[in-house]
Amino acid sequence: MRRTDLAAGLRRLCLALLAAAALARPAAALTLEEETLFPGTPGGPVLTVLSTTDTAIFQPLVVAFQARRPDITLRYQVAGSQEVFAAVHDGATEADLVISSAMDLQMKLANDGFAAPHHAAETAALPPWARWRDQLFAVAQEPVVLIVDRRALGGLAVPRTRAALTALLRDHPDKFRGRIGTYDPVRSGAGYLFATQDARQSDSFWRLAEVMGALAPRLYASSATMIADLRAGRLALAYNVLGSYAASSLPPAGDVQIIELQDFTHILLRTALIPRTAPTPDLAAAFLDFLLSNTGQQLMAQKAGLPAIDEAALAADQSLRPIRLDPGLLVYLDPLKRRRFLAEWSAALRQP
Amino acid sequence: MRAAAPGSIRRRLLLQLLGGAAVLSVLLYLSVRGVSRSAVEQTQDSILGAATIAVAEQLRGTDEGVDIDIPYTAFSMLGAVGQDRVFYRIIVDGADLTGYADLPAPDDAPPGLNPLFYSRPYQQALVRLAAVNRPVIAGGHTAQVQVIVGQTRSAQEAIVADMAWRAAALGLGFFALAALLAVLTTRSVVRPLDRLAGALGRRGPQDLRPVTQPVPVELAPLTAALNGFIARLSGALKRTETFIAEAAHHIRTPLATLRARAEIALRQTQDEATRASLREVIRAVDDSARAAGQLLEHAAVVYRSDQRAEAPLDLAALLRDIGQSYAPAADMADVALAVSVPDSAVMLTADRLLVETALRNLVDNAIKYSGPDGRVEMGLGVAQGRATIRIADRGRGLSGASLADLTGRFRRGRNVEDVVGSGLGLTIVQEVARAQRGRFTLRERDGGGSCAELTLPLD
Repeated sequence: MRRTDLAAGLRRLCLALLAAAALARPAAALTLEEETLFPGTPGGPVLTVLSTTDTAIFQPLVVAFQARRPDITLRYQVAGSQEVFAAVHDGATEADLVISSAMDLQMKLANDGFAAPHHAAETAALPPWARWRDQLFAVAQEPVVLIVDRRALGGLAVPRTRAALTALLRDHPDKFRGRIGTYDPVRSGAGYLFATQDARQSDSFWRLAEVMGALAPRLYASSATMIADLRAGRLALAYNVLGSYAASSLPPAGDVQIIELQDFTHILLRTALIPRTAPTPDLAAAFLDFLLSNTGQQLMAQKAGLPAIDEAALAADQSLRPIRLDPGLLVYLDPLKRRRFLAEWSAALRQP
Repeated sequence: MRAAAPGSIRRRLLLQLLGGAAVLSVLLYLSVRGVSRSAVEQTQDSILGAATIAVAEQLRGTDEGVDIDIPYTAFSMLGAVGQDRVFYRIIVDGADLTGYADLPAPDDAPPGLNPLFYSRPYQQALVRLAAVNRPVIAGGHTAQVQVIVGQTRSAQEAIVADMAWRAAALGLGFFALAALLAVLTTRSVVRPLDRLAGALGRRGPQDLRPVTQPVPVELAPLTAALNGFIARLSGALKRTETFIAEAAHHIRTPLATLRARAEIALRQTQDEATRASLREVIRAVDDSARAAGQLLEHAAVVYRSDQRAEAPLDLAALLRDIGQSYAPAADMADVALAVSVPDSAVMLTADRLLVETALRNLVDNAIKYSGPDGRVEMGLGVAQGRATIRIADRGRGLSGASLADLTGRFRRGRNVEDVVGSGLGLTIVQEVARAQRGRFTLRERDGGGSCAELTLPLD
């Protein structure tokens, strides 16, 4: 889930890149992919945000926040979702705010008592499905989509449901052999979450997995690389991709089409929590409230390309189903359950 | 509501009703809260138990050992009621298979296949736990598997707190309603008493009619006793007056005989000492006869005060009649009697005998206490719905005595020893004025003498 090309351009713009600073810090298990300092008033308070979202995406929000609170220096750290989870779980981070797209891991952190409570008008205004207790809050809702290269279809109808997709793949194996991309749930936490939610939602997922398995699919660890391969023509379709990444990195009127499947389309919630160990939880709360405010949500949608929390949009389309923030998410994190699911998935996908 | 006096029925009744309502309200609050708490607890326990059993049902024995496929819905349903933290632990033959290894296990073995519920502190919260045991055949032997699922109870606490608020609101509402009813009940209970007391309080001092106010059966003995008392009182009064009247009558007749005999004896004897004695006798007899007469009049007035024969009465004509009837007596006493009344009739409703008796007493007094060549003026004026009869003389006046001094029974002024009198005249006038809802005043006149005024209301 990285957008290295954009982030590379951004790095030059940033006032300070502190990748080396990680080495100077006390021994920590956390390996950062990026660390960017947005300086405020010298000598002012420092807010550390640990996130799975690339700096480039969050930069407009940080800039707007600092326009309101110029005294705050914001240290923005990026790491993989598993690393973020482990760092908070093992107390290996001094982050004030943790933002992650791995809903299940965030849920486990909150459930196991690693999140501090936070009350504000902004959090209270969130719809019930977009927060858990007063500890976990969704800042963006992102559909999990199918992306199709129409050139590869060669005039065939674009599938709108999983059943149609299964039929398409089964009927035209030659068009798609080796040209299907999807997440590798073994390597990717997001891929695992999407696959388990698919499996939970419908049996059609297993049929689809079996059909895909017969067509030698390519497995990816991030949406970004999947989309890059699709743009390069190496893939005909990519299944279970984060729509927000797709929408912002694809030309609006190209041959590549983003499809929200009509039988159901999961909505991933990008969630934030304030760790109990946060050195400056009040700054974290201020930033979180800003992200959830009307201004923050507008910037989120327009500048960051992450869809704002919008209950009306979900109500209007019955096929959009937000992944529920409830203890059910803990189930697939159980090692036995994970082992069993991955075994089943491998059996379906890696057929002899 | 009026402030209740100490020992008031109203206050006692109200306090007892309010106290009862308060006790019932508190009981209602406590019982609703208790029932709702146990209901919520039972509901939550059964959900937790169902989730635990749902997990346990997924236990499988394999050749390698025990495996489990934790159902998503088992945990998801725990999130249905509220947003509570969920913990689980699965132990196979005393060794942890998966879950939270430090989650407290139950002290006792769960009964049979049913879950055992218990509460323990865990991760800075009080956690409600359910444990079930299942034997699983795995790897050739039977393994004892214990499944423990726990959940914090913040949603339950929130529901119970909400229920408690509702119960409190219910109790308060109940109390407010009961208080309103208590006030209304107290009022309706005390109202007949108030009415009876008010009716008795408004009565004049002479009003000895029986109480006819409708009263509740509980008060009937009281009014019956009161009426009996009133009847006895008025009977006693009547007997007294009758006795006085009869006594006066029985005294007057022999006195008249005695006076006649004394006058005959006076005419027949020439002895001056005897004549002087006889004159003393006649004077004493006159005095006694007059006293007896006034006693009789007084008795009649008092009796008639209670049972007046009201009828239209022309005061002007009455005054003229009285003036005429007293003309000879005035002549004999060398007193000029001037009567000045309007030509037109002055009508009011009154007992003629009472008014006439009062006026005769006043005129008689005026003539009696005027010396020779005195002048008595009788006048009648009408103003502001009242008729005022004025009888003025140039006699010896009151010598500073007040009306109250002079209207007591058998009380006389200090300057009248030489004049025959009983001390009942002004008492009678006062009684009449009261019976006719009028007013009687007596004052000194400028330039000597006194002026009596009897004011009576016109129709």
